[in-house]
Amino acid sequence: MFSSLKDKVGQVLLPGDEFTFDTEDTISLTTPVKPEKVVCGPGLRRSGDRLQVCKSGVLRHKAPNMFWMDSQQRRYVPVKGETVIGIVTVKSGDIFKVDFGGSEQASLSYLAFEGATKRNRPNVQVGDLVFAQFVVANKDMEPELVCVDSGGRANGMGVFGGGGLLFTVSLGLVRRLLSPQSDLMQDLQKLFPCELVVGMNGRLWVRSSSTQRTLIIANLLQSCETMTAPQRKALFARVAEGTL
Amino acid sequence: MKETPLSNCERDFLLKAIEEKKRLDGRQTYDYRKMKITFGTDYGCCFVDLGKTRVMAQVSCELVVPKESRPNEGIMFFNIELSPMASPAFEQGRQSELSVKLNRQLERCLRNSKCIDTESLCVVSGEKVWQIRVDVHMLNHDGNLMDAASIAAITALCHFRRPDVGIQGDEVTVYSPEERDPIPLSIYHMPISVSFSFFQQGTYLLVDPCEREERVMDGLLMIAMNKHREICSIQSSGGIMLLKEQVMRCSKIASVKVSEITELISKALENDKKARKAGERCGFAESMPQERITALKTYETPVEMTDVSDRANDIVQKAEAPPQMVPSPVVPVPGVGQVGQGLQNTWGLEEGDEEEEEENDSSDEDQEEQVTEMKEKQHEKMEIRGGDVVEISDSEEEEVVILHPEIPDKAPITKSSSHQKGAAALKKRQKK
Repeated sequence: MFSSLKDKVGQVLLPGDEFTFDTEDTISLTTPVKPEKVVCGPGLRRSGDRLQVCKSGVLRHKAPNMFWMDSQQRRYVPVKGETVIGIVTVKSGDIFKVDFGGSEQASLSYLAFEGATKRNRPNVQVGDLVFAQFVVANKDMEPELVCVDSGGRANGMGVFGGGGLLFTVSLGLVRRLLSPQSDLMQDLQKLFPCELVVGMNGRLWVRSSSTQRTLIIANLLQSCETMTAPQRKALFARVAEGTL
Repeated sequence: MKETPLSNCERDFLLKAIEEKKRLDGRQTYDYRKMKITFGTDYGCCFVDLGKTRVMAQVSCELVVPKESRPNEGIMFFNIELSPMASPAFEQGRQSELSVKLNRQLERCLRNSKCIDTESLCVVSGEKVWQIRVDVHMLNHDGNLMDAASIAAITALCHFRRPDVGIQGDEVTVYSPEERDPIPLSIYHMPISVSFSFFQQGTYLLVDPCEREERVMDGLLMIAMNKHREICSIQSSGGIMLLKEQVMRCSKIASVKVSEITELISKALENDKKARKAGERCGFAESMPQERITALKTYETPVEMTDVSDRANDIVQKAEAPPQMVPSPVVPVPGVGQVGQGLQNTWGLEEGDEEEEEENDSSDEDQEEQVTEMKEKQHEKMEIRGGDVVEISDSEEEEVVILHPEIPDKAPITKSSSHQKGAAALKKRQKK
């Protein structure tokens, strides 16, 4: 199965495509056979002894044995531990209701901020942006967010947002931005100084020294989705020239 | 499903950007988004793309009994559907306030202006007349549904062909399209609506608001006009107070936009007619380019790249006056001009003060100040154009008439229009 998966890396697959153990694989009787382990990432699901594709996209591979489907999806499904940008919609009593782009709104307790006590409430208004992580996120319960990590520290989370611009991109672009060696991030850093908050629900927040620059960065990121790497580098180079 | 709430920071940013005369997608204040008109295989089916807003109109006809009060006139029926496909805020089946408003506006724009000759739709007076039904479906909502709907409706009506009818004595024969060629409707004029959105209690004005701008706006003014500069309908919503000068200015802008859009529609209809005659396969499926599954068809977002006010200042100081060029519009008397043909302006205002389209403020300004700011802006524009920006908006600035004969401002404008380069920009013009 490993070999058949390897063949299809970089090709477009649709939900319903299957991978099974090949019966043509010759099993050597002399050398010891090592069991091949295949790690399925998002978009691949194991059902019985087959591997099924459940999202449409391109198959990707990472050594030694990790496979996943890379898709251009914009709909976010909450996952525990992921940090997202949410908009506070309702402030009622002890909790805030936060919209993060999912099927229902998440709840955020007012005590889940760094240094918050019953007397010392955080300064959060309806319509503010919060950067929080999911602490409960499954399909049976209402999602819950917190703005502190397990040690009680804010760690970059909390309310933010004066003066910047919020916009949405696809989830694939967000993952590309957050991956460790992202040349997209490096290209962006060479451009001009700006603050960027990346939410895994596809929302990005940008702030730069002037409105014009903020708009430029927002437009660049939105157009990066559909460009190949050389095209993107050419565009960034043109913009950098223009601002010098 | 509820639509995404608008956060405070988005609202503040948008208002701040509008005060600095910047729009989210890099357009100018009076620019429309890129407009694309395509036709389906049937006569009377038309798709209009206004940026990301997408609308489909379909015209159909039926023989019915006429109304008792008007026995020799045909019937026109309009219907706008806000499908949930367009936006999560639209619910299927429920008549929301927006849907009622759009329906009323479209009816006023098309029916009350008498753009279709309803008497020609009569077959047998008092017994059988044609009922023309226009259905407009919203496919994607990215702002300015009204304009897109009006363009789609009138284009579909122009494109539509009804079956031919023969009357011999008492017998009426309706011929099928195979027996006799269907005939077009008789349309007198094409009313098109132009929307203006107002911000900060009427201080700032934007044409063709996108969805986010619509959420932040204070009020909306919709003017429906045809290319002969006749106003068919005006509607102001949102309850803001508008000054007389503002409304006049909007009507002038609307007339310019409407003539452009009418030209675009006629070109699209021409192309479609040619394609059908040549026997080419035409229709919606054919007009979409072939693509692989993984490619997303999006047009390159225009990136406003330059921060050139300093450079522009240098250039303005060092540049010498360009040679005098004969401006294209007619200047009968110094200080008075006309943009395009059409009836004489009967509004009673001198056109000189109103033609500057760069500034939005309705306050009194020094003429000199206006002119120098204008010059700077034009040079800035020239720089931007020179810097290889993919300018895909339908900018009006090339045709602005600056009615100060002593200052030769026409030259930079025409220069910049010829400089408009980029294969992408060319391609877009061809597509139109």
